[in-house]
Amino acid sequence: MRALLLMLLLPLAAGCGEVWNDPYPAAERGKNILYSVFTERPKHLDPAQSYATDESQFTMQVYEPPLQYHYLKRPYQLVPNTALEVPQPKMVEKDGATYSVYEIRIQPGIRFQPHPAFVEKNLDLRKEQVDALGTPYQLPLGTRELTADDYIYQIKRLAHPRLQVPIFGLMSEYIVGLKEYAAALKKADKPGEWLDLRQHPLAGVERVDAHGYRVTLKGRYPQFAYWLAMHFFSPMPWEADKFFQQPGMAQKNFTIDWWPVGTGPYMLSENDPNSRMVLERNPNYRGVPYPSEGDPEDGKNGLLADAGKTMPFIDKAVYSREREAIPLWNKFLQGYYDTSGIGSDNFDQAVRISADGDAGLTPEMEKRGVRMETSVEPTVFYLGANWLDPVIGGAAGGESAERARKLRQALAIAIDWEEYLSVFANGRGVPSHSPLAPGIFGYREGKDSINPVTHEWKDGKAVRRPIEAARKRLAEAGYPDGRDARTGQPLVLYLDTVDRGPGGKAVIDWWRKQFARLSIQFEPRQTDWNRFQEKLRKGNTQLFMVGWRADYPDPENFMFLLNGPQARARGGGENASNYSNPEYDALFARMRHMPNSPGRQEIIDRMVDIFRRDAPWIGGFHRKSIGLIQGWLSNVKPNEMADNKLRYYRLDAARREAARRAWNRPIVWPLVLLVLAIVLATIPAFRSYRRRERMAATREQGAQPTPLRPPHPPGASA
Amino acid sequence: MFAYIVRRLLYAIPILVGVNLLTFALFFVVNTPDDMARMQLGAKRVTPEAIEKWKAERGYDLPLVWNSNEKFFLDKATKTIFVQKSAKLFLFDFGYSEDKRDIAGEITTRMWPSLALQVPVFFIGLAVCITFALLMAVFRASYLDVWGVVLCVAMMAISMLFYIIGGQYLFSKVLHLVPISGYQGGGDAFKFLILPVAIGVIAGIGGASRLYRTLFLEEMAKDFVRTARAKGLSERVVLFRHVLRNALIPILTGVVVAIPFLFLGSLLQESFFGIPGLGSYTIEAIQAQDFAVLRAMVFIGAVLYILALIATDISYTVADPRVRLQ
Repeated sequence: MRALLLMLLLPLAAGCGEVWNDPYPAAERGKNILYSVFTERPKHLDPAQSYATDESQFTMQVYEPPLQYHYLKRPYQLVPNTALEVPQPKMVEKDGATYSVYEIRIQPGIRFQPHPAFVEKNLDLRKEQVDALGTPYQLPLGTRELTADDYIYQIKRLAHPRLQVPIFGLMSEYIVGLKEYAAALKKADKPGEWLDLRQHPLAGVERVDAHGYRVTLKGRYPQFAYWLAMHFFSPMPWEADKFFQQPGMAQKNFTIDWWPVGTGPYMLSENDPNSRMVLERNPNYRGVPYPSEGDPEDGKNGLLADAGKTMPFIDKAVYSREREAIPLWNKFLQGYYDTSGIGSDNFDQAVRISADGDAGLTPEMEKRGVRMETSVEPTVFYLGANWLDPVIGGAAGGESAERARKLRQALAIAIDWEEYLSVFANGRGVPSHSPLAPGIFGYREGKDSINPVTHEWKDGKAVRRPIEAARKRLAEAGYPDGRDARTGQPLVLYLDTVDRGPGGKAVIDWWRKQFARLSIQFEPRQTDWNRFQEKLRKGNTQLFMVGWRADYPDPENFMFLLNGPQARARGGGENASNYSNPEYDALFARMRHMPNSPGRQEIIDRMVDIFRRDAPWIGGFHRKSIGLIQGWLSNVKPNEMADNKLRYYRLDAARREAARRAWNRPIVWPLVLLVLAIVLATIPAFRSYRRRERMAATREQGAQPTPLRPPHPPGASA
Repeated sequence: MFAYIVRRLLYAIPILVGVNLLTFALFFVVNTPDDMARMQLGAKRVTPEAIEKWKAERGYDLPLVWNSNEKFFLDKATKTIFVQKSAKLFLFDFGYSEDKRDIAGEITTRMWPSLALQVPVFFIGLAVCITFALLMAVFRASYLDVWGVVLCVAMMAISMLFYIIGGQYLFSKVLHLVPISGYQGGGDAFKFLILPVAIGVIAGIGGASRLYRTLFLEEMAKDFVRTARAKGLSERVVLFRHVLRNALIPILTGVVVAIPFLFLGSLLQESFFGIPGLGSYTIEAIQAQDFAVLRAMVFIGAVLYILALIATDISYTVADPRVRLQ
């Protein structure tokens, strides 16, 4: 009995010490390691092929393009990364054509991370040697200095015949000779052999010296500087390309797409996209100072406390894959993740919305020391009207176009995007009044920001116009009470949507309610993603909902979504509504290559006015991100353009360890009680069984006559 | 028996061809190679040239089943997506996924976490269910039997998702006894697997125990059991040597066929517990319209299922010497 008591008490005693639910190895406790998550396995880590935000959280810690965004200053500003300065284009006239020449000077002395590609003998491996490897890092490692050739090699890779480069189409319109270069490489490429791009010169890219290179673009393209801050223009050593082309490498998933090679503060040391990705400090990283300037409130928020100190501050970052929201959220609450987003299911637990509509943390979160950071993403999600549609579009011209314009305006007033955001996004978004997201040059603040067609300015706030205004506009369009005044037929509008299933039904019901406010019959055409995209390409939609996330913080990257030559149905461009207005297009052509200036602002204002009048998008919203940060993580400021943020973060590992211990003390007694209950419940049965056994044993010894009747009557049913 | 096995293996060939054909037809009824390319390339800045390049690189620029551009009959029949993509499967050469990852390597890597979860669930679950069912059968009509059956019915009525979420809430969030999700290899796997294994076992108790109880009761009512008892054999001997042995054939029918799922994993458990197994591989492939992975997984599933059915037949001969395979 005493032994039994001891057994029961032992786990209770153990519960007083270590935490039991720590998902990380004990050796990592108290270390300067950041823990975060990823939900989707990254498809590409090759800087030429990757184009997804969730991939950039890895690639941009490893690769260093020549430029970057200032971490703290807003609006977003380009600053040098490996470059000595932000290059200014030099305009050159040649044979009657204009060219922009960017000369980029990079800092000397930058070294690549340790990598086997930099050891000469590793470039001539036998297949058996490759087969024996667990990771490429099991080979001898080397390094070398970063040179201009590495940047040139990467630009050439944009035209590589074996790579799917999302920006090749765009860049081939600007970089001199890139299109022809792709054709030449395709001809030179031999299956199974390494294609040495150094042997093939590219006309528009020129080596100046070991630390300088020149890129020549056709015409003016000031937005090119923004591309120089993206991973597409990161350096790629030729050795890495050759190393991963060796026989057997691809079969082991040893590719550039899987094992990035860079000069950044971190290197990918573990790559298991099904479970976890690990970034470790690059021992060869030069170290750069934390910014000493920022926005006025940054100092007050402690974001300048580390000014001038050498980065990075964190030694290692472990990203675990979480497919489901429940474990992710609970692990954040247990202190096992340092940052977290907020899902709809957990929103009320984390955030409370004040009477003014401002989001704040709940007392529970405040007690835990959690901080909240919000920012409006450079996105726009909109209800597009197909310009080619005879009812809702404006392509037909004349009276029909005018009726359609008023119909679109009526819908733009009636569809309550504020309600949509409240119901379906927990308020995480701001209704859009123009294509431009807040924070982008050209976006007006305050009273000037509102769309006067749909909203009015009251008490310092944008207020949606009453439904009567929409009904009046609908009657002007020739559809009083939702019926065609000429034929008396009800007006039916169709929405192509991929919203399906239980969640989709709620959204569809909401849409139906919005259209019903104008007595318009609403017909959803639910379809899958493939068919939806096909309909957009063919211009076979009437109303549809799509979104866009900007590549860079320039108004051109939003306003081009309505540029006529970019119409999706005509040329496969990004203008999904096929909107076409010569006046708008002319203004866009003037605005797109202008520097940010009052003149550019004036043109943008005129374009926004046209947009509001024509209403090719019937409203929409800009998504707002809300991030939760544990109290022990500092230097966190939302930056929607920069992805190389890990280097700025600092964490207090001792504080985290204490919090984890306090929040995760094991509670054992209910388990002991459960075991006891099971044991007690089975004791009578066990005793009964033993009694029967003993009876049988007694019978075997002949002390009792053998019973004629078995313990259970035969034929008893189940 | 050898001839029987060889014959069954030969039957497998047309079955596998049929499975391949069906997978191919179902997939390409819903998706076109263009759709696949668009899904892989994303929604932004996708040009028609990029789509053509993607298709050509992976062999999806060929006709689906008949290449009328070719001159010779053999080429017309073989230079098609179906033949080019399916033929190598029979040599267990799965090739690369649409995002250029080695499928065989991926399966080998992901198989072990699935096995680490499913093998204990399988064996512990089998032992627990047989024990519980035997207990209920032995104490038939007692409180243990009545409440046992009630418990089984209640457990059958609860969905797996509830067990998972409830288990995570109770044992990880409230009691802080085990990690809520995650996985590490080697000995460290124990703390991550204990909860999903327990949940897997508990979730299976209801249905299996009720079935086994019925089987045991049927055996216990037979004459040979009465004779065994009349001989004065102990309950233990009667139960384990006579009742359990004779109830094994129907149990084996259900159990051995479940073996392929040990490799193929459990989607729900692996998703919620963050176990990097094979459970979600097929689902992810469907979502990503990755035909290469899909056809490989369906093929492996079919092969394993055929092997398991053969193993079931062989196991009958072990459990019951009267059974002969011809």
